[in-house]
Amino acid sequence: MNKTVNQKAWFLVLPVLVLVAFSAVIPLMTVVNYSVQDTFGQNVFFWAGLDWFKDMLASDRMWSALGRQLMFSAIILAIEVPLGIYVALHMPKKGFWSSFCLVLMSLPLLIPWNVVGTIWQIFGRVDIGLLGYTLDAMGINYNYTQNTIDAWVTVIVMDVWHWTSLVALLAFAGLRSIPDAYYQAAKIDQASRWAVFRYIELPKMAGVLMIAILLRFMDSFMIYTEPFVVTGGGPGNATTFLSIDLVKMALGQFDLGPAAAFSLMYFLVIMAISWVFYTVMTTIDAREGK
Amino acid sequence: MARITLDNLAHSYLPNPASEDDFALKELNHDWTDGEAYALLGASGCGKSTLLNIISGLLIPSQGRVLFDGEDMTTAATADRNIAQVFQFPVVYDTMTVRENLAFPLKNRKLDSAEIARRVQKVSAMIGMDAELDRKARGLTADAKQKISLGRGMVREDVNALLFDEPLTVIDPHMKWELRTQLKKLHDDFGHTMIYVTHDQTEALTFADKVVVMHDGRVVQIGTPQDLFERPAHTFVGYFIGSPGMNLFNATLDGTRARIGDATVDLGAHYAASGKIQIGVRPEFIRLQAGGDGIPARIDRIEDVGRHKIVRLDVGGTEVSAIANEGDAIPADVDRIGFAPEGINVYADDWRVEATQNVPGKDAA
Repeated sequence: MNKTVNQKAWFLVLPVLVLVAFSAVIPLMTVVNYSVQDTFGQNVFFWAGLDWFKDMLASDRMWSALGRQLMFSAIILAIEVPLGIYVALHMPKKGFWSSFCLVLMSLPLLIPWNVVGTIWQIFGRVDIGLLGYTLDAMGINYNYTQNTIDAWVTVIVMDVWHWTSLVALLAFAGLRSIPDAYYQAAKIDQASRWAVFRYIELPKMAGVLMIAILLRFMDSFMIYTEPFVVTGGGPGNATTFLSIDLVKMALGQFDLGPAAAFSLMYFLVIMAISWVFYTVMTTIDAREGK
Repeated sequence: MARITLDNLAHSYLPNPASEDDFALKELNHDWTDGEAYALLGASGCGKSTLLNIISGLLIPSQGRVLFDGEDMTTAATADRNIAQVFQFPVVYDTMTVRENLAFPLKNRKLDSAEIARRVQKVSAMIGMDAELDRKARGLTADAKQKISLGRGMVREDVNALLFDEPLTVIDPHMKWELRTQLKKLHDDFGHTMIYVTHDQTEALTFADKVVVMHDGRVVQIGTPQDLFERPAHTFVGYFIGSPGMNLFNATLDGTRARIGDATVDLGAHYAASGKIQIGVRPEFIRLQAGGDGIPARIDRIEDVGRHKIVRLDVGGTEVSAIANEGDAIPADVDRIGFAPEGINVYADDWRVEATQNVPGKDAA
């Protein structure tokens, strides 16, 4: 049967196009506009071509921010994913305590970023914070405003506290979808606990884990508020991640051109990584659907 | 291989069962003879799977003991019982190949690789999967997956018992016959004790030496397929086995006779029982008559099912089925039914009553 060709159907996607244009495309184009021009104020702009991009690619500042960013994302993924799986495996499977745990675990997820930052900023203070004071009293020299390692540990622990629940909840959902017969069959086959995890639980969780990793990667790669509130990017530039650096550049120094070039490259990196995740996820789905 | 004894076994899913109704499996004593093939037959929810899971150790019974060759295994872990079980829905390890799936139970038991390879080869031939040994199990069809599940059960040659929990539900009909024949052959070759749970009477009757019929958490009869057909111990067995099931008539007993409505039937033997008395007659033993003595009946319809005809009759408001041979003409003026004496069973409160004394000249059944 021949399909009817009707070009009027394009009108049906028009509302979406208009919405996306206003919410994403037009703002993005203003950034593109800034990235190829220079200004000395008074709304007078000069054509700068690709100079800002070249500058940024040669800038140590951007590369080291990117390095810190990748390290941060790698560390929190390496902690949160195994920890989330571990928590999910040990949660009560049903009954009151299961619901109780679920609610308890989702609490950190409900707290606004800003508040999380403030909580940890105070929590870690040596003079009045419970954590900082305790560590200090135990004779551990802890000070996240002056020591790079301490600052990193604080920011990472904060992120783990805030987001491990997400991985755990997703992994838990994946685990719950495994029929009892699988566990029973594994018992009959005398599978070890490790084999049950490796051959039953992990494969069944693979799909949700990919989503968890994608979400955590994207969120951590774009993280701004929490470390900004706690450390302000310091000490020095030790916890200045990409977003923090970008904001400093764009709003602190008002270097619109370099900041626009920076943010476009930032955007492209995120696009590229998302595409890789998307491809991997759809291949997994296709294999399962076969 | 072992003889499995169930001693005063009962199970309730409730923590504090108050009455007998709270038990999913009511008190039960039974010996599963070593090397026999049993079918556990009953409607859904009658306790079949509960019983199976107790034997395999997936469930600990609330009372009673499970003995393997006299050794108490009631609380032993599944792994220590050396039992193979196949479930209703296929369980395969998705990320493994078919070969790794079949080898998995053997690997866990630390067999040497030559032996594993030999057994996997044998079993894969048996289930007809030897061409697909190196495929990933993920993405196989449901019946291929179930064949792998069966294979994982059969690959262990030294098991105490092989338990099947409605394993052929998801399998194509033509494949069902083949696999059931394979199981039967496996039983003949190795002599494993096999317990096969099903709600399909054909499956039960063709597979098993002995059929255990369960109803409402209780074992109502254990016997050969022939016993179940000719002498159902409980009205449920009469109704559940046979197609159509046994006809039941409310009756009152009077020595060697019974009164059904206004008619009197000769039972051919002397019975004494009290309670709710019913006469059970299989459709095969109902005779259609025109005139004479017998129970008044009216033909409702006749169904031709190929090898025979099923005649549905109306007897005082209840439906009664009779079976007539394919070639038999059914007279238009049928207005009575009679019973062949050898097909008569008497039930008191749903349980079969033995004749107290046979009328001279008639064989005891």
